[in-house]
Amino acid sequence: MNEFLSLFSYDFMINALLAVLLIGPLFALLGTMIVMKKMAFFSDALGHSAFTGVAVGVILGITSTEISMIGFAVIFALILNHIKKRNPDNVDTIISVFASVATALGLCVLSFGGNFSEYSSLLVGDILSISKKEILYLLIIFIATIVFICFAINWLNAISINATVARSHNIKVQLIEDIFAVIIAITVMLSIRWVGLLLVNALLILPAASSRNISENMREYVGYSVVFSLFSGLLGLFVSYFINIATGPVIVIVAAIIYFATYIYGGRS
Amino acid sequence: MEVVKRINRTIACGLCCIKVKNLGVHFGSETVLQDINLHIHCGTITEIIGKNGAGKSTFVKALLGEVKHTGDIEYRNIEGGDKKNLRIGYVPQNLNIDKSTPMSVYDLFASFCFKVPVLIKSKKIYAKVKDALEEFEAEDLIDRPIGTLSGGQLQRVLISMAVMDKPKLLILDEPVSGIDSSGMKVFYDKMKYLKENYDMAILIVSHDLEYVYKYADNVMLLDNTVVAYGSPRDVYATKAFDDIFGVFTLDDSSKGADSHMTDMDLHKRTSDTKEEPFDASYKGGKA
Repeated sequence: MNEFLSLFSYDFMINALLAVLLIGPLFALLGTMIVMKKMAFFSDALGHSAFTGVAVGVILGITSTEISMIGFAVIFALILNHIKKRNPDNVDTIISVFASVATALGLCVLSFGGNFSEYSSLLVGDILSISKKEILYLLIIFIATIVFICFAINWLNAISINATVARSHNIKVQLIEDIFAVIIAITVMLSIRWVGLLLVNALLILPAASSRNISENMREYVGYSVVFSLFSGLLGLFVSYFINIATGPVIVIVAAIIYFATYIYGGRS
Repeated sequence: MEVVKRINRTIACGLCCIKVKNLGVHFGSETVLQDINLHIHCGTITEIIGKNGAGKSTFVKALLGEVKHTGDIEYRNIEGGDKKNLRIGYVPQNLNIDKSTPMSVYDLFASFCFKVPVLIKSKKIYAKVKDALEEFEAEDLIDRPIGTLSGGQLQRVLISMAVMDKPKLLILDEPVSGIDSSGMKVFYDKMKYLKENYDMAILIVSHDLEYVYKYADNVMLLDNTVVAYGSPRDVYATKAFDDIFGVFTLDDSSKGADSHMTDMDLHKRTSDTKEEPFDASYKGGKA
């Protein structure tokens, strides 16, 4: 027990713990709606645009890469949303094209002069290096997300079922989809340095996907998703501390185990 | 009739009218619809029939504002009226709902029709939803996940949801596909009930010529433009109708009564519309 408590004697562990307590429910809430709206590929593509965001910052000489990453991701998300709307039958192809272009452009710029290793930490992330100020940013987007979800969860649900029927009920489909895309973009960009570009989408999708295996209504769906996300975040953090491996992947492995367990328990194919 | 009392009825008149004037839809250089003129009055059932690719669904999308169109759609009621006041209830042809969708029928209603976040289960909303479902004998389905409903059950749920908002115009796009013959009679009786008691203008895209004949007040035969319009009797007697569907045996006394189609006619009809499964998946309880 003493050994367990000893991990809180380090400031970086307390910060990481706070970050997990914020990222868990935040990702769970967004993830439920992302899975509902079949946007898993969309959020993945957004993650890939992080490289280009950093690259844009380097080119423009912006010192805070966060600003250029968020700025680029928001524009990227909105453009993607509007192209999706025009070509509803080809969404996955279009997203794939955009994601590849964004990744390639970013890699080109960042590898110029052989400096890519400076940025490779983006790929894996490191939650132990998060600072209080960065936790504050997460808290702000967390509160914004909760407010948005409270207002918009009904509309997002309705749109996910059928956009035409939603419009016939006077729901402003395009506006809601745009705000939602912007919130996903900001959240992904604010968390990518802590959880890593390669795993950010897994953390968004897995808790919601697990919850979907066993839920019969929206309250169960969101509730289980938050519980699974927090549980895998906390367990992943502690396990990674004690066996000394990167935190992000351990969290994803715990979340994946929950997914397979619920898949079997739910008995759905 | 209890439900009728609850509804804030507009003045029952036949004066409310949705006027479609010179409507046309073009996709690039392709003309899908042109010169569509139609008046849809409250308290009537208008059916749209036509072969596949005639533009029936596109016409519905134009009415809903989903596709760009030329021409005008106006709404007039006894107070003057404005298109902004035209509430349209819409029941789509099909919904692709994943079996594992974590949404109950209550959640579906709450999402589309109410502002209280679906995460809070409100007793008041629950009671209202149950009332709306009762209209279509679907109240037992309220807690069922929507992915587990049969075609007929889902359809009754969707219609109750569309009707709940008290629309002036109710549009149903091929609502009877996936429903067997007894289910169809229940469906059309309900439409008749809605038209008579709610004074709704009802527009149905349909393939089932027998039921259209029995229940429609007006029929629009569409083939990129209106090729015939009027009472079912008149439209079914036109040459355009024969060209599209083949000869349909008519009898003056058949409206609202039994069908007088011969087996051969029925055969012809089903072969014309063979991709519509009339009896595929309907397992509806009370219906």
